[in-house]
Amino acid sequence: MDKFTVLDGLVAPLDRPNVDTDAIIPKQFLKSIKRSGFGPNLFDEWRYLDRGEPGMDNAARPRNPKFVLNQPRYSGASILLARENFGCGSSREHAPWALTDFGFRSIIAPSFADIFFNNSYKNGLLPVVLPAAVVDRMFVEAEGTPGFRITIDLPKQLVVTPDGKSYPFEIDAFRKHCMINGLDEIGLTLQHADEIRAYESRRRETQPWLFA
Amino acid sequence: MQPQTLYDKLWSSHVVRADADGTALLYIDRHLVHEVTSPQAFEGLKLAGRTPWRVDSIVATADHNTPTRDWDQGIRDPISRLQVETLDANIRTYGAKAYFPFLDGRQGIVHVIGPEQGATLPGMTVVCGDSHTSTHGAFAALAFGIGTSEVEHVMATQTLNMKKSKAMLVRVDGALRPGVTAKDVVLAIIGRIGTAGGTGHAIEFAGSVIRGLSMEGRMTLCNMAIEAGARAGMVAADDTTIEYVRGRNFAPKGDLWDRAVAYWRTLHSDEGAKFDTVVTLRGEEIAPQVTWGTSPEMVGSVEGRVPNPARVEDPVKRGSLERALQYMGLQPDMQITDIRIDKVFIGSCTNSRIEDLRAAASVVKGRHVAASVKLAMVVPGSGLVKRQAEAEGLDRVFREAGFDWREPGCSMCLAMNDDRLEPGERCASTSNRNFEGRQGAGGRTHLVSPAMAAAAAIAGRFVDVRQML
Ligand code: SF4
Repeated sequence: MDKFTVLDGLVAPLDRPNVDTDAIIPKQFLKSIKRSGFGPNLFDEWRYLDRGEPGMDNAARPRNPKFVLNQPRYSGASILLARENFGCGSSREHAPWALTDFGFRSIIAPSFADIFFNNSYKNGLLPVVLPAAVVDRMFVEAEGTPGFRITIDLPKQLVVTPDGKSYPFEIDAFRKHCMINGLDEIGLTLQHADEIRAYESRRRETQPWLFA
Repeated sequence: MQPQTLYDKLWSSHVVRADADGTALLYIDRHLVHEVTSPQAFEGLKLAGRTPWRVDSIVATADHNTPTRDWDQGIRDPISRLQVETLDANIRTYGAKAYFPFLDGRQGIVHVIGPEQGATLPGMTVVCGDSHTSTHGAFAALAFGIGTSEVEHVMATQTLNMKKSKAMLVRVDGALRPGVTAKDVVLAIIGRIGTAGGTGHAIEFAGSVIRGLSMEGRMTLCNMAIEAGARAGMVAADDTTIEYVRGRNFAPKGDLWDRAVAYWRTLHSDEGAKFDTVVTLRGEEIAPQVTWGTSPEMVGSVEGRVPNPARVEDPVKRGSLERALQYMGLQPDMQITDIRIDKVFIGSCTNSRIEDLRAAASVVKGRHVAASVKLAMVVPGSGLVKRQAEAEGLDRVFREAGFDWREPGCSMCLAMNDDRLEPGERCASTSNRNFEGRQGAGGRTHLVSPAMAAAAAIAGRFVDVRQML
């Protein structure tokens, strides 16, 4: 996993609540057995005017000029600004894979769905929860100011806007540690292998039917 | 000792170790695996040179991509076939307690076959790379969906790093009126608390209505906990739970059965246990439900009307309502019963079990699908459900009424196989998600109970099934 420390990036505003994982990456692309290559089909049904299928030449497909990510001013954005309950729906990790493959490193929203929130951390995609009023203001600025960039400082847990204002955000200490150092969580957990084994043998005694 | 919630009990009995900040390493008893969210996890395992911690915790099947007809021709879509064959190969390499591959008579939707096989037991932690794993909470289990990185983590370590959620109690008291089912109850709950209402919570469903539900009804209920934003939903264990589990393939036998039952009887919230959030509903007040929008919270009674955005003050809410009605092709204030449908789908891990099929068949019997309906299909949840239905003659009832009777799988719940809506088509569906494009790009989904879907098939539009009973 890539390390995440301080990100200075262009902001793309996606002004819809309850963006679900079917919208982020439609199911026909879930047939892939790989982890990469989902970026061109991120938000497929909103981005393109035709029906997307795996194996198509996406560069040749007709684009919906109205969709925010098709507007040249947002090209190269690495921060997605979103509304509440972002990432609701399925557990598909293809959603964060598609977002990171497209180039996003962070999403700012007033709230996230739980599974998506978890999946994001495992892929170096930082979900940042800010109060709805702050997000509202950022929407106005991102839409009103071409080239609107912000800085996300993970070690300091701050989002800094061009006017110099900074907004603190919360993150769990363990997740922060893993993100900043780009750590493999499995390796960390296996440091506790003895404890897992001890627990397992106790469980085998008290609930033997689970091991029958 | 302080009174504990069911969630407290399930949580604390699985903690391997905990950090000062509350992050815990949670032991996982049952790992359900399917073809869509596992290939990258197996690959990660292989790349790191790791092996599964406990192969006999794994129960696997192929369900999302499998076709629902012409099984003799195999899986024609080469990309789908590769995904299913990749699961075959991974299970061959690593092993599993049980594997029900494509074409096996016991294959089916992962959330249908887990309970059916007795692979889901009370008191377990159950995970799967699928958000509807919440289904298994019906067994007083702690069951929740995980992403592919977590699938790999569970395979490699038999644990997950987690923080405890908040506890929510949803109590449905009183009794249901005839024609109202578990599906209507859970849709009414989501209508009340919203799709983010349960975010950060584990929900326990309780009250006399829940106690009165069969295990299949409780599974329907817990299945959609995730649609209320909660990763896990659960119901306390009681006689209904224990009788359902008794005698199933992987259920404990003999002495072990008695020991297990004694433990399972403790799996309920103690008197006076504290919940962070409590929501109560009255069973009598719940009518058959129909969703009219593009999120499960956009739902109402079949007797009602489509809402009017002009009457919504919050601009963000108004905008999403307008967008939903536009996508759904509906007029503000129109009667739900004036909505005409093109297709009917009876299936999915929400409503494809034998009781669901019986309920739909009882409405359909002796009637015929409306001429305006292009396709009405029944997709049983598993091979065993299919066989049981056929033994009861339900397949004949459906076929004679003009329904397609298909092979088991996820099918048009998410349309990864050939079963899907065409742009603009409108479907009465017993599944769990009415998101844009869920059942096919441009498709319009209305979520209903099996009986309501059957009634809509007959009438060609939504009707109150209570008029047809
Ligand atoms: S039936 Fe639908 S919701 Fe259930 S597991 Fe299959 S695709 Fe997911």
